[in-house]
Amino acid sequence: MLELQNLSKKVGSSTHINDVSLTLEKGSLYVLLGATLSGKTSLMRLMAGLDKPTSGEILMNGQSVLKTPVQKRNIAMVYQQFINYPGFTVYENIASPLRVAGVNKKAIDIQVREAADLMKLTPYLDRGVLNLSGGQQQRTALARALVKGAELVLLDEPLANLDYKLREELRIELPRIFAEAGAIFVYATTEPQEALLLGGRTVTLREGSVTQFGKTIDVYNNPTNLETAQTFSDPPMNVIPMQKRGVDFTFSDGQVSCPKDLLGLPDGAYNIGIRPHHLMLNQSEATTLKIQAPVSSTEISGSETFIHVSQDDLKLVVLTHGVHRVGIGDHIDIYLDPSKFFIFDQHDALVSAPNVGIA
Amino acid sequence: MAQITLDKLAHSYLNNPKTDGDFALKEIDYVWDDGGAYALLGPSGCGKTTLLNIISGLLVPSKGRILFDDCNVTNFQPEQRNIAQVFQFPVIYDTMTVRQNLEFPLKNRNVPKAEIAKRVEEMIEVLDLGNKANLKARGLTADEKQKISLGRGLVRYDVNAILFDEPLTVIDPHMKWQLRTKLKDLHRQFNHTMIYVTHDQTEAMTFADKVVVMYEGEVVQIGTPEELYDEPKHTFVGYFIGSPGMNIIPVDVVGNQAKIGIHSIDLKGDYADLTGKVELGIRPEFVTLNKTELGIPVQITGIDDIGRFKIVHATIDGSEINIVLNEGQSIPSNPNIALETSRINIYQNDHLVRPLVNGRGL
Amino acid sequence: MEKTDNNKAWLLVIPVFILVALSAIIPIMTVVNYSVQDTFGGNKFFWVGTEWFTDVLRSERFHNALGRNLLFSFIILCIEIPLGIWIALSMPRKGIWVPVCLIMMALPLLIPWNVVGTIWQIFARGDIGLLGHTMSLLGVDYNYTNNIFDAWVTIIIMDVWHWTSLVVLLCYAGLVSIPEAYYQAARIDGASKWSIFRFIQLPKMRGVLIIAFLLRFMDSFMIYTEPFVLTGGGPGNSTTFLSIDLVKQAIGQFDLGPAAAMSLIYQLIVLLICYVFFTVMSHVGTDKPIEEKVE
Repeated sequence: MLELQNLSKKVGSSTHINDVSLTLEKGSLYVLLGATLSGKTSLMRLMAGLDKPTSGEILMNGQSVLKTPVQKRNIAMVYQQFINYPGFTVYENIASPLRVAGVNKKAIDIQVREAADLMKLTPYLDRGVLNLSGGQQQRTALARALVKGAELVLLDEPLANLDYKLREELRIELPRIFAEAGAIFVYATTEPQEALLLGGRTVTLREGSVTQFGKTIDVYNNPTNLETAQTFSDPPMNVIPMQKRGVDFTFSDGQVSCPKDLLGLPDGAYNIGIRPHHLMLNQSEATTLKIQAPVSSTEISGSETFIHVSQDDLKLVVLTHGVHRVGIGDHIDIYLDPSKFFIFDQHDALVSAPNVGIA
Repeated sequence: MAQITLDKLAHSYLNNPKTDGDFALKEIDYVWDDGGAYALLGPSGCGKTTLLNIISGLLVPSKGRILFDDCNVTNFQPEQRNIAQVFQFPVIYDTMTVRQNLEFPLKNRNVPKAEIAKRVEEMIEVLDLGNKANLKARGLTADEKQKISLGRGLVRYDVNAILFDEPLTVIDPHMKWQLRTKLKDLHRQFNHTMIYVTHDQTEAMTFADKVVVMYEGEVVQIGTPEELYDEPKHTFVGYFIGSPGMNIIPVDVVGNQAKIGIHSIDLKGDYADLTGKVELGIRPEFVTLNKTELGIPVQITGIDDIGRFKIVHATIDGSEINIVLNEGQSIPSNPNIALETSRINIYQNDHLVRPLVNGRGL
Repeated sequence: MEKTDNNKAWLLVIPVFILVALSAIIPIMTVVNYSVQDTFGGNKFFWVGTEWFTDVLRSERFHNALGRNLLFSFIILCIEIPLGIWIALSMPRKGIWVPVCLIMMALPLLIPWNVVGTIWQIFARGDIGLLGHTMSLLGVDYNYTNNIFDAWVTIIIMDVWHWTSLVVLLCYAGLVSIPEAYYQAARIDGASKWSIFRFIQLPKMRGVLIIAFLLRFMDSFMIYTEPFVLTGGGPGNSTTFLSIDLVKQAIGQFDLGPAAAMSLIYQLIVLLICYVFFTVMSHVGTDKPIEEKVE
């Protein structure tokens, strides 16, 4: 068990990590989710002992490890770059931490083959690492981290430099591998989609502070504030400021009736967050509101299409299934369904989320 | 601007290629339209960079010719081809300002001063770099630098083609779509022939009118994003485009029925007798999970809840199938699946076969 | 990376501290001590203040030697830097010739100063030296022992032969680190060979060039062995550089006070010029103003 207590890290006048407290359990996966420079790498470096916190405490199984140098902590780290010993074969690379630890040859052989099997590297064991593809190189680095039997494995965007499709496959494989290894896995990523595919628990970071911590899917479904909701949304969540007056939500482009279970909300100004896939191109229910706006751009991600529209201050992103071509500048109808609203108050704290109800 | 003809082009890095496998790029024979936006899409090692290097003139193909309009440029050096290229990592002239960077290719070509000033001013405007024009280029962010390298191509009105080699690799995720949109905009505005190499389906499908999907040195399909999505011509395209990729299930096809074990699935038409490896392809979005007795029973092996949809992993008769469930849909205890007939494609030895029309194959 | 919190590292550094104290700080202090005192033999010293310093700074002998040094360094830099860049540019970037070229380049650097001096001294001698003898056979009046110009030329050639390789190797390292894409982009932009050099190669070599410049300046400014071996500072005083003069004063004439003052002034000049060079060079082509402090 790894405990971080009120951890802060300041460099000069800038705060890299701001009062972070977390408890990480053995045999679980923790995803650090945040944009570039949100503090993911800084936090990992603190956990690894590569940096010292300005204040706060780190406990491993109840013992402070602040004074323990990195070499003596039982950790492994995998980076965005594929870092292997270039002159070694895959086998020797995987075996290297065991050789350093002085494990006997037979035990090394068994463990290396086991790890290679898990990572689907068995056919390549005798090849030099430089002759492998990027995915195979990164799997070698992962196997080396696993075989070390570390208590804490830190993965800093390990898939970022891989081909798109390979990334997709490894994202599905990795949780299974992590589950078998039984260490504490900490995985940093910038992509919400990756966090969701990995599952486990998610820590959302913004400007060095933890904005939320919980089961990944729960954090996604029930973000406690707008910041977390924004971090956990790609493309960004649409935000429309609205006024609730009696039985209606009103805003510059119209009004929509308030769903029954939200009638209890006090009147006033709210920020309404709508996930891009909750904006629809076809009317499904009578309660929905139609907005007409010109298309500013479209993106196709393979099996889905993002349509960006903008009109005056209103900028929205719509996500739909399938591949659609929409002409730039064409006016399209977009339907809002109030039952899918994430409602945030004036201080951006969550008031109500779809599927969850009023917080 | 030019039409690009790839005339029986093939390339091998070996001196004496013998088998098909020795070729990094297998024979292709296509004409790319003047002013088109093309994307070369495929995993690493598929030959897309080899093809790009042949077009840019860094490689002379082992076989075949490459023509810009009617001019055979096969043996031309890059500088003779009148092309522009944007690389994976931004290439800018460190010691020059933004403006000087943009002027550079024109000065080298002895364009009159007044003309240079006019074009560069216009380009700075187009690229939204107005407030940075007189700064040293090296201090800019990666996406601004990429814009400059693109701008150096665009200021030359007459370039035959602009080539992009994974230009968004070093760009921050939240800047990627802005730059992608900008590229698209510029293509519409300037109408240059553009060729974009990437392994990212989003980049390829967003940018291109026609996507060229490559796999193991071979062009497996050239088509619009819609075509790639609806009717992949090769099982690889089905797998590579879309997340999750297309389900590929071994079947026997008899007339207008596909058989998986004891189960029959309706197809959109009659098929000729198929031999070899016969498979059915359907995207996970077009498989529905029902609780009625109708349909084919499946065993569910796993569920990934990724928020806006769930991916259900299941097996039918030992073949794996992924099903996409929309948010809010629940999983029945006795799951049966139904496949949307119009969305089923049939593959013979990995290649698409179409149903017979009036008793004849297409 | 930050320091970890055990203090063992300091223990490891202590021997070096002691060594530096013994080999550098104490001698320097001795020199400072001599520079402000005079002696009439025995062990009796008396305080003279800055007298030696004013003496040295006013002496024509010092001015002449300093002038020779500056001229020599200037000529050396003017030859070695461009020549080094040019050789580095013409070396192959890949293929089997790369290691061959690198080894050839590194060879002169392995030879000690006095050996270089001796080699050239013999090589250029009119009676038995291959070069000197050939020159006189060709009818060229060449004699470094009594012709000032010939002596200078010989010393310069010796230094260029010995040290250009260093500049070459540094520049070469800078050149091979330039990604291929830059050359490709420049070709596509229609850049000439000169433009490629001016806008890609030179800016990318800036870092190593600063180092080459400083190293070559410091080294050439402290030239001693070559002229000493060749002519001992002659003909006349024509190759008596500061270092040679210093030795003459300190050991030849045993004028410890002026010699100490001179050596301190010498050191300050080297430091000052290096600082100015470094500051100026590292700001060439950047947006930073020169006044900004170098860290």
